[in-house]
Amino acid sequence: MLFTDLFAGLGMNHSFAWFLSQFLSILIFDVVLLVMIAYLLLADRKIWAAVQMRRGPNVVGPFGLLQTFADLTKFLLKEVIIPAGSNKVVFMLAPLVTVTLAFAGWAVVPLDKGWVVADINVGILYLFAMSSLGVYGIIMAGWASNSKYPFLSALRAAAQMVSYEVSIGFVIITVLLFAGSLNLSKIVEAQQNHWFVFTILFPMLPIFFVSALAETNRPPFDLVEAESELVAGFFVEYSSTPFLLFFLGEYLSIVLMCAMCSILFLGGWLPPLDIWPLNAVPGILWFLLKICFFFFMFAMVKAMVPRYRYDQLMRLGWKVFLPTSLLWVVVTAAWVLVFRQPA
Amino acid sequence: MFEAIAFYFFSAILIASAVMVIAARNPVHSVLFLILAFFNAAGLFVLLGAEFLAMILIVVYVGAVAVLFLFVVMMLDIDFAELKRGSLQYLPFGALIGLILVAELVMAGSAWVLKPVAQSAMASATPAGITNTEALGRILYTDYIYYFQIAGLVLLVAMIGAIVLTLRSRPGVRRQVISVQNARTAAMAVDMHDLKPGQGSEGGV
Repeated sequence: MLFTDLFAGLGMNHSFAWFLSQFLSILIFDVVLLVMIAYLLLADRKIWAAVQMRRGPNVVGPFGLLQTFADLTKFLLKEVIIPAGSNKVVFMLAPLVTVTLAFAGWAVVPLDKGWVVADINVGILYLFAMSSLGVYGIIMAGWASNSKYPFLSALRAAAQMVSYEVSIGFVIITVLLFAGSLNLSKIVEAQQNHWFVFTILFPMLPIFFVSALAETNRPPFDLVEAESELVAGFFVEYSSTPFLLFFLGEYLSIVLMCAMCSILFLGGWLPPLDIWPLNAVPGILWFLLKICFFFFMFAMVKAMVPRYRYDQLMRLGWKVFLPTSLLWVVVTAAWVLVFRQPA
Repeated sequence: MFEAIAFYFFSAILIASAVMVIAARNPVHSVLFLILAFFNAAGLFVLLGAEFLAMILIVVYVGAVAVLFLFVVMMLDIDFAELKRGSLQYLPFGALIGLILVAELVMAGSAWVLKPVAQSAMASATPAGITNTEALGRILYTDYIYYFQIAGLVLLVAMIGAIVLTLRSRPGVRRQVISVQNARTAAMAVDMHDLKPGQGSEGGV
């Protein structure tokens, strides 16, 4: 969409120009995303190290800046081991499903005004669908490995992700009621005057953030891959590139959740105040800054909070978050009904 | 041109995966093919312009229902030969249901006019000027709100029924009370005794 006019100007037929422009923007988007993930991964390890008063990765390249690329090469060059007793097709399909779904979600994320690969009407539903499908990679991997730890991990994942999806859904509904649209760009534009976190929706941000932690299996909800109980959970049997794909998919969906937090509550590409020095900064920088802020929070939670017990996890999801978010749907609907005149 | 290619692509995979759902020997593979079928049905909805239905199909059926299917099927210890043996006896009943479905599809697809209103509703998934989501919202929450509420009540009754049927109250079981646990302090939990050697604690705990 971004380059359609450019290519059409070169004398191409319109639908071909559209196709080429979509292809090019997806390619650029994915490459930038991968490089960003490489450095966020390093930032994650550095933050984690700083909390524990260690140095973190500092050997490969200046300040360890090339560490992720060294790891990448290591994973790519190792031998792929497929267990003899595994269900081979599903076993290899699982990491591909994980990473494809994690990439697919980014298609509807608006980076700036008009900077979006697919500006569809039901963007937020699409994003919700893609993030809730992430559980399939884990279930398929756990089942296909034909091994006890991955299987237990798959069962945990299924129950955990379905539980937290419910409260994420309700949080999204409160935002939709306020924004009046399912299109992500329109949701951001509805926050022009004040970000949703400064409205009556403010209690939904912590709920969404914690549910996002649970949905992406980050600590303190990493029971799916709890080292002390399940060795490494669903990817015990995975090595080399398939493992790399799982790892990549996990980080892609974490950053996607950070992007969702900033779009739904912190006004996406919008500056905090619509005044001169702030609104002169390009929108994409604000958006990246917000993503980095949420990623920092994700990293700090990982570094500081001890792992939950499984029954505590279920209690938090069903007995605390679900009633609260359900109540807040009613409160928000009443607020919109009372304080907003119908157009 | 592109729409026709996409339509045949989605339809072909949909039919092939639907056949594989009943033909696959492994029940987990059946569920995975079912998920593929859902995905392609969602693709067909998108081609129709019914984007909201497509996303809801994926969120509800693939994201929640099929996960639970997979959860249950994965834990079953199924003897495949045993499962295949009795399946032929259900053939007449299955064929009957299939026949009814085909008849309904033919009725809906052909020019058979049941009700003039139905004809106009079939014309487009996105009536003039409003999005698919808004059109569905108006039908569900404005035109047919009472039917929608009644459907909700039926589901509520079903949910309560399921809870009542599976609820067992066992006496004498110590249950976890989170508030009591959180209210517990060091003073309540620790009891200090000054014991002399060779004396032992008496009823200290």
